[in-house]
Amino acid sequence: MMKDWASWALDTAKRRGASYADVRVMDIRHRDISTKNGEVGNLAEGESLGLGIRVIAAGAWGFASTDLLTREGVQACAAEAVAIARASSLAKHENVALVPEKAWQDTWQNPFLKDPFRIPVERQIDLLLAADKEMRRVKGVTVAEGCMVFRRIDQFFASSAGSAIHQIKMQSGAGIVATAFSGNEIQKRSYPNSFGGQHMLQGYELVESLDLVGHAQRIAEECVALHSAPQCPEGQGTIILDSSQLGLQIHESIGHPIELDRVLGMEANFAGMSFLTTEKLRKLQYGSEIVNVVADARLEHGPGLGTFAYDDEGVPAQCTPIITNGLFTGYLSSRDTAASIGEKRSGGTVRTESWNRLPMIRMTNISINPGTWKYDDLIADTDRAILMETNRSWSIDDRRYHFQFSTEIGWEVKGGKKGRMLKNPSYSGITTEFWNNCDAICSRDYWTLWGTPNCGKGQPMQTMGTGHGASPARFRNVKIGAAFAK
Amino acid sequence: MTIFSKNRPVRVRFASSELERIAERILKHSEADETEVEISSGVDALTRFANNTIHQNVAEQTLGISVRAVADGRTARSSTNKTDDESLRRVTAAALSLARNQPRNPDLLPMLRAQKYRKVARFSAATAETAPQDRARSVTRVCKMADKAKQTAAGIFSTGAYRSLTANSRGLSACYEQTRSEFSVTILEDASSGWAKSNSPDVRNLDPDALAESASRKAAESRKPMELPPGHYTTILEPSAVLDLVGFLFYDFAGTAVLDQRSSFTGRMGKKVFGENITLWDDVYHPLQTGAPYDGEGFPREKVLLVDRGVPKNLVYSRATAKKMKAKPTGHGFPLPNEQGEAPMNLVFAGGDVSVEDMVRSTERGILVTRLWYIREVDPYKKILTGMTRDGTFLVENGRVAAGIRNFRFNQSVIEMLSNVQALGPAVRAAGEESFEMVVPAMKVGNFHFSEVTKF
Repeated sequence: MMKDWASWALDTAKRRGASYADVRVMDIRHRDISTKNGEVGNLAEGESLGLGIRVIAAGAWGFASTDLLTREGVQACAAEAVAIARASSLAKHENVALVPEKAWQDTWQNPFLKDPFRIPVERQIDLLLAADKEMRRVKGVTVAEGCMVFRRIDQFFASSAGSAIHQIKMQSGAGIVATAFSGNEIQKRSYPNSFGGQHMLQGYELVESLDLVGHAQRIAEECVALHSAPQCPEGQGTIILDSSQLGLQIHESIGHPIELDRVLGMEANFAGMSFLTTEKLRKLQYGSEIVNVVADARLEHGPGLGTFAYDDEGVPAQCTPIITNGLFTGYLSSRDTAASIGEKRSGGTVRTESWNRLPMIRMTNISINPGTWKYDDLIADTDRAILMETNRSWSIDDRRYHFQFSTEIGWEVKGGKKGRMLKNPSYSGITTEFWNNCDAICSRDYWTLWGTPNCGKGQPMQTMGTGHGASPARFRNVKIGAAFAK
Repeated sequence: MTIFSKNRPVRVRFASSELERIAERILKHSEADETEVEISSGVDALTRFANNTIHQNVAEQTLGISVRAVADGRTARSSTNKTDDESLRRVTAAALSLARNQPRNPDLLPMLRAQKYRKVARFSAATAETAPQDRARSVTRVCKMADKAKQTAAGIFSTGAYRSLTANSRGLSACYEQTRSEFSVTILEDASSGWAKSNSPDVRNLDPDALAESASRKAAESRKPMELPPGHYTTILEPSAVLDLVGFLFYDFAGTAVLDQRSSFTGRMGKKVFGENITLWDDVYHPLQTGAPYDGEGFPREKVLLVDRGVPKNLVYSRATAKKMKAKPTGHGFPLPNEQGEAPMNLVFAGGDVSVEDMVRSTERGILVTRLWYIREVDPYKKILTGMTRDGTFLVENGRVAAGIRNFRFNQSVIEMLSNVQALGPAVRAAGEESFEMVVPAMKVGNFHFSEVTKF
């Protein structure tokens, strides 16, 4: 039926005068499980099926969506999109222009080994409760939590230019958190990452590979130990970031500023703009010469949350060099924004959260290429630094210059050795100064493709999963500890 | 069913009676010990503009059907957006199957019987009737104003409506409908910007032209911003800035948060935590508030005094949390099952009578903040928050706005901030981006900590 619905919508849009139209029919299934202190917290499944149509009419954009998938419902939705586009044209300066794209007919599904929806839910709950029990065995832990999230997105894209693309994506994610309250302080430790754990375009094999139970006791002990650890000192110095924190650093200080819609002012009211104005392309020294970053949506980059075969404008997945030997070399673009800056083709980065949301530029897998360092050698080579692991808070200004991050745990590195634990570590800086102070990146052996499942953008707000490959890296001359400075 | 004509808005698809019929079909199918149905039918439309033109313009029509089943002291939820018999049977069976395959929940209470609710009227026909052309005309006017002033406008104008029903197999049936409208505008110049935002169930309460003029004035007044050193400043926070800061306190008032020892009020209830001039309620019935008069289980919401002259007095409770903490439920529970419990969602601060203009006049040297951005919690117990100023930050000197300044990063404990409030404005319905809407005053606070400065 997906093809029928899409074709009813496209036919109506064309009949009503649209010069271009594309349709996304999406059937999304999810399972969410959470546990807290030995009990099941949330246990829910759901499905959502609907259609969204985007049109250009009278030279302007319109979008409408519906879950009433009768012929009458779909046709009314397409007619509404055309009427909205005509309303948009009231405030039009120039006609919307798109860079060309070939019509594609294809079918794709990401590879996975174990369908998480076929794994009995009691087995999934048992695993979370086993990790929960391990965390609560550690004296001082006040809250133990775990979660699993599974999502299957079955989507059909069709355009008035002749594309017809069917994709199925399976996503899995899981994580655990220990929290401890004592005195006048709350500390927490998460595994394998904070804010929901690790998420990838994989099946249940991802959850099994994480060994949540095996890591539960360690993070619980670290959580309790943080209460008696010394405060991270303030000052200017060297930091080493673990790969998950570096992944978020990339997300905030590279991934967002390279979104061309932000650069062109289209997000000015909400998400903000970008310091990366177009004259900086291929001129700005974004980072030091060892910094190489790509936007890679192709499967060969890895099964990240930004991996697909075609984006939601029907453009094939690509690898775009973003930073090349430190030089800023590329944006994330769409068919209309690429046209705005004279590019010949879209970078293929447009995605939508669901059938009822307008597709827009989203990060794919924005990853830093591995360096050459072995982790132990990096520590041994460092005379004095703070090693920071697992994000606790993150904030950056609306042009993506000034950031501040704090992590759950820190470690003193002194004389080439990892030493005592430090609590409340934080660091801050200006994006380009920070990346130009990167002087060591660990090798492929330490590189992880992290999934960020909660990236918000757009009005109405859309939440999207993005991927960030990173290995631990060292940065010099960084401001440390400002978050807790008096 | 769908009603559509060329110049009319799409309307909410289902009438209350139709929602009730869907619920009846589900309850009839269900083989669970107890069954709860939540159905929401809505329409939303949003016209988005940037660079003085409409660049995104969207509309959606949605339906959500969610079924919670209880089997032998266990509960789970399944949802769909399909109304055919097979889908309704499947979603009902799925909820029951999920419920059966988990350990028993010792905190689970029987579902509620029929309840009585106070009436609230928050559906505006004018909002529901707003068409794309109506939004486009307002936006076009604002874009032309910006063009004329050689400024750049960006923002949104949205309108929507929804109707929802919560019903269960023990006879509870609660129906609610509401409209919403919102206008937000950013006006940009080369090195400065201004912002204004307002929302209401009734679109006639919005004044896009006035909001745009206010944002335009701020952009003009902060032209060529100067850089000030970071430090502790007397700071005047406009209501949107206050909203986004104090919004981070809302979950701390949940009984579950205190029970879990992750509330900043753990060990502080009944003690003087804030200044004498801070009094705060949760009150869904306040004329400037919105939302249904019942919670996720259908329990009637109560007005709760949260802070009385600086002292945290009461928490809010779902039914299960109330039982665990030997308190009375207050009607603030989230839909079950969940691990968060409850939260106050309709915060109302007691205001004062000092206008922002008077706060400026009484300030020898300080900072005036329009709006804050990207606020995150640095320390959950001391309630230290970090974030940035945005879209209109000014130096105040000798009782007047002296100049626009580059944006600051702050690291500030909200507890300390609310202990240091020197003046309060009238409480108004404010809108921000980091928190849900609430009724808050502008505040003049002493010793606000700006830790760093950015490049614009």
